[in-house]
Amino acid sequence: MTLPYDATPKFQDYARPEMLVSTGWVAEHLGDPGLVVAESDEDVLLYETGHIPGAVKLDWHTELNDPVTRDYVDGAGFARLMSEKGIGRDTTLVIYGDRNNWWAAYALWVATLFGHPDVRLLDGGRAKWIAEGRPLSTETPDRPRADYPVVERDDSQIRAFRDDVLAHLGQPMIDVRSPGEYSGELLHMPDYPQEGALRGGHIPGAQNVPWARAAAEDATFRPRKELEAIYGGEAGLSPADDVVVYCRIGERSSHTWFVLHHLLGFPTVRNYDGSWTEWGNSVRVPITQGDKP
Amino acid sequence: MTTTLNPRLQDIVDEFGAVPGQEKLQLLLEFSDELPPLPARYAEHRDLLEPVPECQSPLFLAVEVADDGTAHLFFDAPREAPTTRGFAGILATALDGLSAAEILATPAEFTTQLGLSDLVSPLRLRGMAAMLARIKRQIQKQQAA
Repeated sequence: MTLPYDATPKFQDYARPEMLVSTGWVAEHLGDPGLVVAESDEDVLLYETGHIPGAVKLDWHTELNDPVTRDYVDGAGFARLMSEKGIGRDTTLVIYGDRNNWWAAYALWVATLFGHPDVRLLDGGRAKWIAEGRPLSTETPDRPRADYPVVERDDSQIRAFRDDVLAHLGQPMIDVRSPGEYSGELLHMPDYPQEGALRGGHIPGAQNVPWARAAAEDATFRPRKELEAIYGGEAGLSPADDVVVYCRIGERSSHTWFVLHHLLGFPTVRNYDGSWTEWGNSVRVPITQGDKP
Repeated sequence: MTTTLNPRLQDIVDEFGAVPGQEKLQLLLEFSDELPPLPARYAEHRDLLEPVPECQSPLFLAVEVADDGTAHLFFDAPREAPTTRGFAGILATALDGLSAAEILATPAEFTTQLGLSDLVSPLRLRGMAAMLARIKRQIQKQQAA
């Protein structure tokens, strides 16, 4: 059962307005059967400090990742996770989180690998919900277990691997990291040195558009015209392009993937989740340093 | 290898060991809530604090070694970063006021004994080990001065 779409005028300008809901929409539909709201944060304890009433927690580090192989959970693992959270295949899943929905967009991208039919982002995420003085709860909801089917992950459409990127050299690519990481001055994201790379720089040909440029001050997505000015005007992308996006481990670039694919309607956008922590450690792959593609 | 922890730290490790799964997160949240605010001399001079970039969210700390050899620790992390605050709260509770030698003897491996790896992820836990390493480095620097 699919919940109604949010008719917020700003969303109607985007290529796929149905991918977003507003805080008002969530407030109105909280508790509706068929809806599960999930919080996905960078900080693993933030949910415990208070979340949207009834929301479940979805953590990338501990739940969406395979604990051994550098990969996401498989079909059986995803089915188990969704079932435990009370999410069925026909559930409308609305994800929100901290930091401009950075990790929420990542969770949405992973859910898309499994083809979850109806998954949306709460525009503005946790910050906007709180800024509007809306209620928070520290109660963990006791949702009845669902029976999510085992659906194998499809990595062929929205995910790129290292060899795919090697074959893609010369075609449009967006590096969404900070300018310092892009140029090679920094081997890690400012303030985040845990995931190292042996070499600094970027994949030849990739343009640098830091991911957070797509977010406004209130953590919502910028209106379509502004996004077009950034990705079309400045970066020169056109919707017909086959685009690969990457960052450090694929989380920030999920946000840009969402913008290009769902908000601007580019049909072919793949997220290279190996990203710089793979490329910058790989032997004999080409690297460009400096602030030019 | 067994390492000896100072009694306060051992108490914290035992406390985490005594509560099941998800409740460990509640315990970590209590440490986050109980992190003492910065005294005015630091709150008004944040430039005196050392950044700990290994934490996922911004954390700043300061260490003062008194003439009697005891060390005092000061931490600053935003409310929106409860995990980082929780790590700081554990270190503050366990180490503040101990002798410099006792703090230097604290093994970084204690972070893996809290049973948080599955709940918080080893990557995030590295932030706490990094805080401890920086505290030790500050103490050594001040002792050498």
